Amino acid sequence: MSMGGFPDITTELGIYVENFVNYVATTFEKFFNLIFFIASKTINAIDDFLVWLPWWVFILIIVLLGWYFRSLLAGLTFGFFIFLIGTFGLWEDMMTTIAIIVTSVAISLIIGIPIGIWMAFNKAVSSIVRPILDAMQTMPSFVYLIPAIFFFGLGNVSAIFATLIYAVPPVIRLTELAIRGVPKEVIESAESFGSSKGQMLRKVQLPQALPTIMAGVNQTTMMALAMVVIASMVGASGLGEQVLISINRIDIALGFEAGISIVFLAIIIDRITNGVADRFQKHRRVGR
Amino acid sequence: MTEPQIKLEHVSKIFGPKPKSIIPLIQEGKSKEEILEETGHTVGVYDASLEIKKGEVFVVMGLSGSGKSTLIRCFNFLNVPTDGAVYIDGEDLMQCSKDRLKRIRQEKIAMVFQHFGLFDHRTVLANVEYGLEIRKMSKLERRDIAMKYIELVGLKGYEHQYPSQLSGGMQQRVGLARALTNDPDILLMDEPFSALDPLIRREMQLELIKLQKQLQKTIVFITHDVNEAFKIGDRIAVMKDGHVVQIGTPEEIIDEPANDYIVDFTQDIDRSKVLQAKHILTETKITVNMNDPVSSAIQKMDRHSISSIFVVNDMDQVEGIITIDDAVKAAKRKESMEHIIKRNIEVVHEEEYVSDIIPKTLDTKYPLAVVNDARKLQGIVLKVHVLSGLISSEENNGA
Repeated sequence: MSMGGFPDITTELGIYVENFVNYVATTFEKFFNLIFFIASKTINAIDDFLVWLPWWVFILIIVLLGWYFRSLLAGLTFGFFIFLIGTFGLWEDMMTTIAIIVTSVAISLIIGIPIGIWMAFNKAVSSIVRPILDAMQTMPSFVYLIPAIFFFGLGNVSAIFATLIYAVPPVIRLTELAIRGVPKEVIESAESFGSSKGQMLRKVQLPQALPTIMAGVNQTTMMALAMVVIASMVGASGLGEQVLISINRIDIALGFEAGISIVFLAIIIDRITNGVADRFQKHRRVGR
Repeated sequence: MTEPQIKLEHVSKIFGPKPKSIIPLIQEGKSKEEILEETGHTVGVYDASLEIKKGEVFVVMGLSGSGKSTLIRCFNFLNVPTDGAVYIDGEDLMQCSKDRLKRIRQEKIAMVFQHFGLFDHRTVLANVEYGLEIRKMSKLERRDIAMKYIELVGLKGYEHQYPSQLSGGMQQRVGLARALTNDPDILLMDEPFSALDPLIRREMQLELIKLQKQLQKTIVFITHDVNEAFKIGDRIAVMKDGHVVQIGTPEEIIDEPANDYIVDFTQDIDRSKVLQAKHILTETKITVNMNDPVSSAIQKMDRHSISSIFVVNDMDQVEGIITIDDAVKAAKRKESMEHIIKRNIEVVHEEEYVSDIIPKTLDTKYPLAVVNDARKLQGIVLKVHVLSGLISSEENNGA
């Protein structure tokens, strides 16, 4: 043993985690099967619908959304991007990717917003959840893929699971921040009129917090998109799969086309969700 | 005897992790600063006792940090007092259930905030409706009531705008309408006009006074502006470092300040805007009746060495004035009082402010008659009274 070497002490933390994951996977098998069922049905339904939609209708919808939330020029540009992706021969892959993103973002919001609200009202919960969120965001995202396979096998559902863990923190954080950030006087005035806790949340705190929560939704969506390629390593289909294939084949042309398609999607989704957030912001911020 | 609408008994509010433990320290006489330094607790209000009558405008005045905003929040339990009791219409809020407290807030007390506290995601109308919406009133019904109050505060036509589209003054009108829409008995106003610029502030003050004449609410009004306090308040409580230092009518506070702090505080006060005719008048019994002979008027003036005398009717109402010169001439010609009485004289209401009386004293060579609502003579005001009224307590205070 050399002098500078670390003494012969080992912990088996990794093994414990592995055993735990095994245990969870077998004990809650039925539960995971149910989730698998629901998630895969959702993705397929969205995917099928998007593919069924005539191509020009989809482009028209994108143009209109862009026009409504940004400007006519933006809408036309977005439509052109989508058209380009189609010309790459990646139309159906794009739809699969969109289906995966929509599903993971929807689940992120369903889980994330209530947790964020809970954290805003309860300091103890907040101080427990925060470090977990930090860990979720800093842990290399490949690591999530392993338990994902354990729980859900290879395929789109595993991809969603991994994406979820990576993408849910921003919406949780920003929901908490937004609810806490509602001005004190606004809360006091709602209270002074005899609002119940539920009325306060529904009629005042959530609507007041909405612009910031929307910023969280935007970030969560962007992060979900960032996971597309990584998630394809556990069998997610779509644009990410094409990138992966191009790496294996050292196919520069396919790699660029699939890559730029993801960039186009990112731009479109970012600008549109940002536009939604701006819309909520429109009449806000008075008297302070 | 009707009970007071609001009653505070020995109310203290201390902020920090263990507020109850601080009460004995204050009783030992430790100052706010010492307590903050030693224990990290902030004394908001200490031992405040007061009673507010129905329909009264009660002003709480003090510098920032004096605890006035903390105090007003004890009235509707936005701050639950650490110690003491708060009664609303005789009901002890400490003993109220959460639901009962909610009801009291919904029905009896409404609040207006310094920075308006408006819901900027709602239109003006939806803001004003909020209190009724909370009470689950139907949409149509609450819309009608809300519109009535929007009109009352002069915002008709703006109901579908968002607060951010309105000026500061208009935003506070929304705040006021929102509070009034609940038809509360009590209106808590936490520095409602301090965030407004001076011109708008004055306009809002006058409007509040006008509204109050019409609505007769019990108003608790917080301000750091002495002139505002004296302009609006029926009674004023002055606060310093969490203590209520003095409670009294504006005149009492000016004329009998409890300590040097209040003297300092009221120094900037424009006395002519606080003192009313009734405070500076000289009471006089020397009048003549309309039906008296002119000779008796001459005798009275002669006896009291005065050159003019007020003429009253059988109900003691002022009819006019006669001068000694006219009276002597009339006596020679055997004319009656009716011939020589000057009827177009300035009459001053007893509640008129001195600032309004000054120009009238300059315009006339006679004393001013001060009358009450029934036009009964209460006394007279001379130029010299006005001046001495403005100076007198300053001399007292300086001494």
